[in-house]
Amino acid sequence: MSQAAPTIDPAKLHLLLEYKHERPLTACHWEPQSRYVFFGAEDNLIHRYDLASQAVTPLAGHDSWIRSFGSSLDGELLYSGGYDGRLIWWPTAAEKPEPVRVVEAHQGWIRALAVSPNGSYIATCGNDLLVKLWDSATGALVRDFAGHQSHVYNVIFSPDSTTMYSCDLKGFVKAWTVENGETRDLATVETLHKYDTTFRADIGGARSIALRSDGAQLALGGITNVTNAFAGVGEVAVAVVNVADGKIEVQLESKDKTKGATWGLSHHPNGFWVGLTGGGGGGWFFFWKGDEPHEFFRFQLKAAGRGMGISPDKSQIAVAHSDRHLRTYALFEKPA
Amino acid sequence: MKSSYACNSIEHEFSRRAFLGGLAAGTATWGLGDVLTGLPALAEPFKSGHKRILNVFLHGGVSQLETWDPKPNTDTGGPFRAIPTSVPGIHVCELLPYTAQQMHRLSIIRSIDTHNSDHARGVVEMTTGRKQLVGIDYPHLGAVAAKALTPDHFTLPGHILVRSSPGERNVESEFHKAAYLGAQYANMTMYDAHPPKNTERAETLTREADASRNALREKISNRFAGRRRTADTEAYNFSFEQARELLTHREVFDVTQESAADRERYGTSEFGKHCLLARRLLERGIPYVQVNHADYDTHHENFDFHIEQLGEFDRPFSQLIADLSDRGLLAETLVCVMSEFGRTPRINDRYGRDHWGTAWSVALGGTGIQPGGVIGKTNDNGTEVIERSVDHGHVFHTIMQAVGVNSTGDFDIGGRKFPIADPAKSAIGELLA
Repeated sequence: MSQAAPTIDPAKLHLLLEYKHERPLTACHWEPQSRYVFFGAEDNLIHRYDLASQAVTPLAGHDSWIRSFGSSLDGELLYSGGYDGRLIWWPTAAEKPEPVRVVEAHQGWIRALAVSPNGSYIATCGNDLLVKLWDSATGALVRDFAGHQSHVYNVIFSPDSTTMYSCDLKGFVKAWTVENGETRDLATVETLHKYDTTFRADIGGARSIALRSDGAQLALGGITNVTNAFAGVGEVAVAVVNVADGKIEVQLESKDKTKGATWGLSHHPNGFWVGLTGGGGGGWFFFWKGDEPHEFFRFQLKAAGRGMGISPDKSQIAVAHSDRHLRTYALFEKPA
Repeated sequence: MKSSYACNSIEHEFSRRAFLGGLAAGTATWGLGDVLTGLPALAEPFKSGHKRILNVFLHGGVSQLETWDPKPNTDTGGPFRAIPTSVPGIHVCELLPYTAQQMHRLSIIRSIDTHNSDHARGVVEMTTGRKQLVGIDYPHLGAVAAKALTPDHFTLPGHILVRSSPGERNVESEFHKAAYLGAQYANMTMYDAHPPKNTERAETLTREADASRNALREKISNRFAGRRRTADTEAYNFSFEQARELLTHREVFDVTQESAADRERYGTSEFGKHCLLARRLLERGIPYVQVNHADYDTHHENFDFHIEQLGEFDRPFSQLIADLSDRGLLAETLVCVMSEFGRTPRINDRYGRDHWGTAWSVALGGTGIQPGGVIGKTNDNGTEVIERSVDHGHVFHTIMQAVGVNSTGDFDIGGRKFPIADPAKSAIGELLA
């Protein structure tokens, strides 16, 4: 007899498991069949954490940190993007996974990758100012998308897989038509960028990206109100953009101006945004609903969060932490 | 962790006072109009054999791991890879692809241990070669160079700092103390690659009226000096004469007179313009040119910011080294790339690196330096020096000896002996050509 789905309630959030690694973590990903959580660390490796056996298997193939993952629709292939510019295909469940395919995808860092909802494409973006579209079955480059003038921080597909949205360091958001490469400037999120005149450097970008479940709103997570770029003094924020007209409909923030950046973001089918943060204010989960700019609930984590993955049934969240831990959290009441 | 650097540290307080003082001095010195007659000709074209120093100061504390001493695939290495250079066996961080191709003209000291993690103290100690002591001022490297290297009858400034205008908060020092050497060896500062302000004759002042005005000033000044000559009046007259040279030879400081092709090669960034200006100044024989580049104080997101800052640094700097070599100037110019300290091997929870003076790097090249070498060594993950530990004092001696100055000697100031460099330290002999 199958178990009833748990009742989702952010207020019941609690820690489920902890795994301590040798190095700080950089990213994580919950694969579609819910057998594994993959994470990257400051050791240039991917690690496969078996949720049933708790066995950990390293995957070697990158020559730098891994900050982004994706999976094929059936979960049998894992895709990883690294700061070495490589896009790698892996067999998810092999005993000792070796790369199936390695593509030197970008000059410089791959900052993010996204898999189209129909599974046909992988989009990557990076420090060469490009968004690139790859055939997920063959690894062939389908198209380059040029137009950003600064590092491209994040990318995501629309639910119908026809459009990609990308955001760069300076908060410029573009919409790209997958079929023909046409572009339009969707929005400029000035609040997520600052040129710090003291240190003569730019800080900003979409550290995280998500679409509302119906695809009508694009959420961009980052850091705002920066007063000192090199000490990371700024506040967590999420700008929510209407994808039809590019209007910034609301900026989600924390009630108490929590310091840090929003490193993870997802829209839950139950109708709320989940944000993961890390920085001067420590690590937090924030939960926002509708157009309310402030959270209706938040949960303090043991350390800064650097990336998150949501389980396929949307009841659990895995977090890559700066304190060398992979942790998973449940969004339902703790069993008695 | 809160950065003490940009938040009212002593360095900033000092810099602001120095800036205000410097501004006043500058106004007094250069607001003089255009005087073209009665001056000796500009120092004859710089004679071969006269040494110069170019010091590129990376303010805020550049990371040795992201520049000269990469440790890829270690717990401290960060995300960047090491790349080969033009010298087989020497690798640098992948953020320096152009500089890597100039490595045969440079050498690296990977074993700097200055026991310091304070910005202000680091700036002072690296540029004076002395331990900072309360109440004691030592002359800046530029002042020492200006005094030791300026040829006779050379009337342009001997010590020039090229930097950006201060931002909202000034994070760089901009007044280089000459201490007991005298104010004439302090720096002239050029901001944003512009020629010094107030060096153009006002349109309402005719050339003849200006010459007449200057002749009167000279007459009065000489009469005063004949009866009450003091160190202050000497310094003032020196500055005045220097200012007249500035007015006469304003084009020396005008980087826009460089060719369009050169400006293209150096790029449009401010640091690129500053490097091209440095080449122009060195070509005209300025004994000491310091180019600042800021900022590297990356407690937060060290790797992103080093991409950004070293992306500005790498190409113009390598272009400058190549040009100095091609024009025969590197044989007469000592090049140094220094900082006030390095950055922690440990990566903090915000992907940052903090202040670190225990095991870091400096690059040297040009005249008097064995090229293509590496001095000293850090351990596998860069947390300590394990071979040939040196500090600011050794670097200072090495720079001075590389340009032919006996750094173990003394300056004679009014009959008193002042050691040129810290007597307790010595040059890094194996680095000297």
